[in-house]
Amino acid sequence: MACSLLIDIGSTYTKATKIDLETLEISARGQAYTTVKEDVTIGLKKALDNIPDWQNADYKLACSSAAGGLKIIAIGLVPDLTAEAARRAALGAGSKVLKTYSYELTDKEIEEIKYLEPDILLLAGGTDGGNKEIIIHNATMLANSDIEQTIIVAGNRSVSQKANDILKKSHKETFLTENVMPRLEELNIEPARRTIREIFLNKIIHAKGLKKVDELIDGIIMPTPSAVLKAAQLLAEGYKDYEGLGELMIVDIGGATTDVHSIASGKPTKANVNWRGLEEPYNKRTVEGDLGMRYSASSLYSVIGEENFLQSLRDDSDLVLDLETLERYIQYLHKNVSYLAQTKREKEIDKLLGYYAVKYAVARHVGSVKTIYTPMGATVLQEGKDLTNIETVIGTGGIIINNESPEFLLKGSFYENQDNPELLSPLKPNIFIDKEYILAAGGLMVSELPLSALKFMKKNLKKVK
Amino acid sequence: MSDKISVVLGVIGADVHAIGNQILEHALIESGINTVNIGVMATQKEFIEAAIETGADAIWVSSLYGHGEMDCRGLREKAEEAGVGDVLLYVGGNLVIGKQEWKNVEKLFLSMGYDRAYPPGTLPSEAIEDLYKDLKSRKGEKEWLAHY
Repeated sequence: MACSLLIDIGSTYTKATKIDLETLEISARGQAYTTVKEDVTIGLKKALDNIPDWQNADYKLACSSAAGGLKIIAIGLVPDLTAEAARRAALGAGSKVLKTYSYELTDKEIEEIKYLEPDILLLAGGTDGGNKEIIIHNATMLANSDIEQTIIVAGNRSVSQKANDILKKSHKETFLTENVMPRLEELNIEPARRTIREIFLNKIIHAKGLKKVDELIDGIIMPTPSAVLKAAQLLAEGYKDYEGLGELMIVDIGGATTDVHSIASGKPTKANVNWRGLEEPYNKRTVEGDLGMRYSASSLYSVIGEENFLQSLRDDSDLVLDLETLERYIQYLHKNVSYLAQTKREKEIDKLLGYYAVKYAVARHVGSVKTIYTPMGATVLQEGKDLTNIETVIGTGGIIINNESPEFLLKGSFYENQDNPELLSPLKPNIFIDKEYILAAGGLMVSELPLSALKFMKKNLKKVK
Repeated sequence: MSDKISVVLGVIGADVHAIGNQILEHALIESGINTVNIGVMATQKEFIEAAIETGADAIWVSSLYGHGEMDCRGLREKAEEAGVGDVLLYVGGNLVIGKQEWKNVEKLFLSMGYDRAYPPGTLPSEAIEDLYKDLKSRKGEKEWLAHY
C-alpha cells in the first residue's frame, strides 16, 4: 500500500501524518513536543511512536519552523521600493522578517543587526542601472563588521557583482542573485526566493541542529510557511485537468503570528480604478508578528483595545468578566504558549482573540481604495490587492482545530466586519476549515505527487458555509 | 545600460491626462533614454523615490489641469532633502489657468527650483535637446564625451 509520511517540526509541537495514497485518507497521526535544544530526533521519534509501520512509507518528508524558523533581515534603498521588494522576497520564501532597513546603514544599525541574530541578510538597493552608491556603501558596512551570517546580494545589476566582491574580500559567505526590483515598481522576487530556499536546505538546517532528522526520514525540504504557500498555490490553480478552487486566501492563525496567504492577481475589480504602488506578488504572504493566540496574545489584546474586547465578549456570549481577570488571563496565555483553553469562558476568549487576529491580519494583507475628487470628477486609486471577489477563504492553525466555532473566527476576514469601508477584503467567500491540519502536509507533497496532494487537500478541507 | 541617461516622468497631482505623458515616453525611448514612467496622478513623493532608486538624471513633470503651481511647489526642496537635489527638474503642460503671459509663468516655475518650464504645444524633441545640453554643461565636455 503506497503511503507518505509528512512531518511538521513546529516551534512547540512535532506533528506527523501518514497518508494512504490510494484512498487519500489520513491513516495515522502522532504528535510530541519539539526537542530542538536536546536532540530533534527525540521528539520526532515520540511523534512517530503512534504511527504503525512508518518506516515503510514511500515518502518521508518534513518542513520546519523550529528553532525560531528562518529569520531574515531585509535591506534596501527606499522603504516603499527596494526595501519592500526585499521584504516580500523574504516573506515569500517562508521566512520571518526580523527587520527591514533602508538607505545607508549606520554603525548603530550594524550593531542592531548583530543583536537580532538573523539567519540570512538580503541586500538589495537600486533598480538595474539605477542608484549604485547605497548598495556599495551597505556592502562595505557589512564587510567591515564582524557579522558572520550568509548575505544574499540582490540589487542593482550594474554594481551587484562589485558589492558581492567587497563582501567576499572580507570572507563573508555571499550569494549573488537577480535584482528584486529590476525596473521601478516591478517585482522580481523568485530568484531571491530560490536562493533563500537553497541556503535554508544546505546551511540553516545544519546550523539549527535539524539535520539529524535525516537519520530517520528523507529530510526537511522547506520552512513550514513555504509548504503552506505551496499548498495554497496548488489548491488555487489545480493540476492539469483536475480543477482547483480558484483564487483564494489562507489564514494561518498561530500562537506567535498570524499569516495570510493570497493566491490571486488582486487586479481592480471595478472600472476606472488607478492601480498604484509596487507590483503585487500573485502568491503573496504577509506575517503579523503582533497578532497571535498565545505568545502574541498580549500584543493582540492591545491592538483590539480593552473596551472593544469586553464589549465583544458581552455581545457574543453572556459572559461577564472583570477587566483584571481578563488581563491576567491574557498575560497567562502570553507566558504559557502551549496552553489549551479548558473552560467555556476560556474558549470564548480564544474565539474572540482568533476572530480579531483574522480581522486585523486580513485588513493588513488586502489593499484599499481611495476616492479622489479632481477637477474632472471623482477617480479611484487602489493600493495593494483587491480581494473582494475571492470565493474561498481557508482557515488553518491550532485554534481552528481546537475551537468549536472556527467559522466564526474566519468571518473576521469578511468585508462587512472590517472597520474601514475602503478595504478590499473578501465580500462573500466560502469558508473552508483545515480541521485535520493537512495544509503543510499537502504542501510537502506538491513537488513529488501534485495530483495526490491536490485530491488529498480537496477531500480533507471542510466547507462550512 | 548603467551609463545611459535616465528620466523619470509622470503627471503630477490629481491629474489623469495620460496621452501627452505617453507621447513623451515614446519620444524619450526613441532617443535611447532610459525612461521610467510613473504614470498619472503621481505624488511628489513618488517622483522623488523613483528618482532615487533609478539614479535618474532628470525628472519631467507634466501638469495639464491648471493646478500645476500648487502641485509642483516644493519638489525641488524635497529632492534636496532626499539627497537627490542635483537632479534636473523640467515641467510642462497647462501649468496655470486662464490666459497668463508665458514669461511670467516660466519665471514662476523657475523660481520654484525647476530648471526648465515649457508652454503647451512644445514638441518633445525640444525638451530632449535641452536635456542633452543641460547634462553636457553639467558634466563637463570631457566626461560627457567619454560616455559616447
